[in-house]
Amino acid sequence: MRYSGLRLLTQAFAGNTGWKPAWRDTAPKSSYDVVIVGGGGHGLATAYYLAREHGITNVAVLERGRIGLGNTGRNTTIIRSNYLLPENHNFYEWSLKLWEGLEQDLNYNAMVSQRGVLNLFHSDAARHAAARRGNAMRLDGIDAELLDRAQVAEFCPLIDLDNARFPVMGGLLQRRGGTARHDAVAWGFARAADRRGVDIIQECEVQGIETEGGRVTALRTSRGRIRAGRVGLAVAGSTSLLAGMAGFEVPIESHVLQAFVSEAVKPLVHAVITFGAGHFYISQSDKGGLVFGGGLDGWNSYAQRGNLPAVEHVFAAGVAMMPALSRLRALRSWGGMMDMTPDGSPIIGLTPIQGLTMTGGWCYGGFKATPGSGWCHAWTIAKGEPHPLNAAFTLDRFRQGRLLDERGAGPFAWAQ
Amino acid sequence: MIQIACPYCGPRDEAEFAYRGDATVHRPAEEAGFHDYVYARANPRGWHLEWWHHTGGCRAVLKVLRHTATHEVRAVGLPADRPEPPSA
Ligand SMILES: Cc1cc2nc3c(=O)[nH]c(=O)nc-3n(C[C@H](O)[C@H](O)[C@H](O)COP(=O)(O)OP(=O)(O)OC[C@H]3O[C@@H](n4cnc5c(N)ncnc54)[C@H](O)[C@@H]3O)c2cc1C
Ligand SMILES: [Zn+2]
Repeated sequence: MRYSGLRLLTQAFAGNTGWKPAWRDTAPKSSYDVVIVGGGGHGLATAYYLAREHGITNVAVLERGRIGLGNTGRNTTIIRSNYLLPENHNFYEWSLKLWEGLEQDLNYNAMVSQRGVLNLFHSDAARHAAARRGNAMRLDGIDAELLDRAQVAEFCPLIDLDNARFPVMGGLLQRRGGTARHDAVAWGFARAADRRGVDIIQECEVQGIETEGGRVTALRTSRGRIRAGRVGLAVAGSTSLLAGMAGFEVPIESHVLQAFVSEAVKPLVHAVITFGAGHFYISQSDKGGLVFGGGLDGWNSYAQRGNLPAVEHVFAAGVAMMPALSRLRALRSWGGMMDMTPDGSPIIGLTPIQGLTMTGGWCYGGFKATPGSGWCHAWTIAKGEPHPLNAAFTLDRFRQGRLLDERGAGPFAWAQ
Repeated sequence: MIQIACPYCGPRDEAEFAYRGDATVHRPAEEAGFHDYVYARANPRGWHLEWWHHTGGCRAVLKVLRHTATHEVRAVGLPADRPEPPSA
């Protein structure tokens, strides 16, 4: 069923009784050309682009729980391409361009909203870093504007420019950045992949990966053994566990990141604003809740829940940036499982096992990468080699010393 | 809240500590082992031996055995100690 304004209208008059499930909830077949492990945004996008770009449709996506309940449904939905390094520019800008046409492409309303992403700075050094990053972006054809204090005040009057400890000196603005609706991204990719013949198999946990002569042959799952010509991993915080099943190691640590939403209020924060003197960022959902978060709790965790010190930091930093927030009540908080790499950049490409590829190591920034990651991962699966856009994001870059250390924070997963 | 019983200071809140990661990796004598030392991590879902630096207290570097799914702290020792993960 194609979605359109006319369809909404006719369904409204028919009492909304004619809507069909957006995708088939299928049982696994015994064999597929390609099996994708992980039904988050990245796995579903990989399956979709395999079908759309490469005509490979004998594909299954295996999801341990229900699709989109991992980080896809837990993140704060910021999309942007305001990076420093050229490899990241190329990749994230491509992903942002895919977002710009995604809804027409998927025939699904993912509520992509290019409301702007503003990074505040509070010192001369941070201003230089922002100017450098903005210039690097512009050299690669990405939009960036350096705002001064007065422009920041005009852009978002709620920001306290004169905080005694961290006065705002300006901000780096990417107007094409913004937010999207996370659940709709999972559902939209699932529906579009399903329409092209992909099987989406829920409550199917991968428990073992079989190889023969260094080549992947099958998966052992909670719903039986499934033979696979090729396998793509897209399991976010569980990447180490799946790599372990296949017998190789990844330079990844799983960490917890928390996020929060406030009670709903009238439009207050019209863009994404990030604090530069502590871990805090905020936007407002279309339902009115303020969606905000900060940094990692900072120690290895598979628990999908964090602790109070990180909560305290986020709230303190938030109130320092926007004192008015102190009047609001927080409604919900939750945590997600981050696959942190030692340089903060992802790994999209081949693994030591033939026929087995991965997209992982997304740290806390993989939502914006969802279309780009799926697109590049699908290419890598179809062609057996990376596309130039993901050629630098290899697993062996750590051995070769070709790190993509965007932040220059040193090889500590929890510091990225 | 993670509470770590520092052998010198007693039970303290995680906020007093700086996390320093996996305590099972060892600095190699040969250059060949450096990739694994710096980057390769077992990243278990289960018991994890890790360094915590008591920066807000006595400044000792402690070796902590903690579960990465429950966050339970089972043992806190000094660098030379070798706490064993519970077998069951
Ligand atoms: C609080 C928070 C805020 C964030 N904010 C942002 C943001 O603002 N912008 C941004 O760009 N990124 C953000 N991120 C990061 C982003 O959410 C992730 O990088 C991204 O969603 C990873 O995508 P995914 O689809 O691969 O992950 P997931 O949605 O986690 O998908 C992985 C799936 O694999 C499944 N799986 C795992 N093991 C198995 C198995 N053995 N068998 C079968 N299935 C398995 C899981 O159940 C899961 O559904 C945030 C993350 C969190 C937690
Ligand atoms: Zn102490």
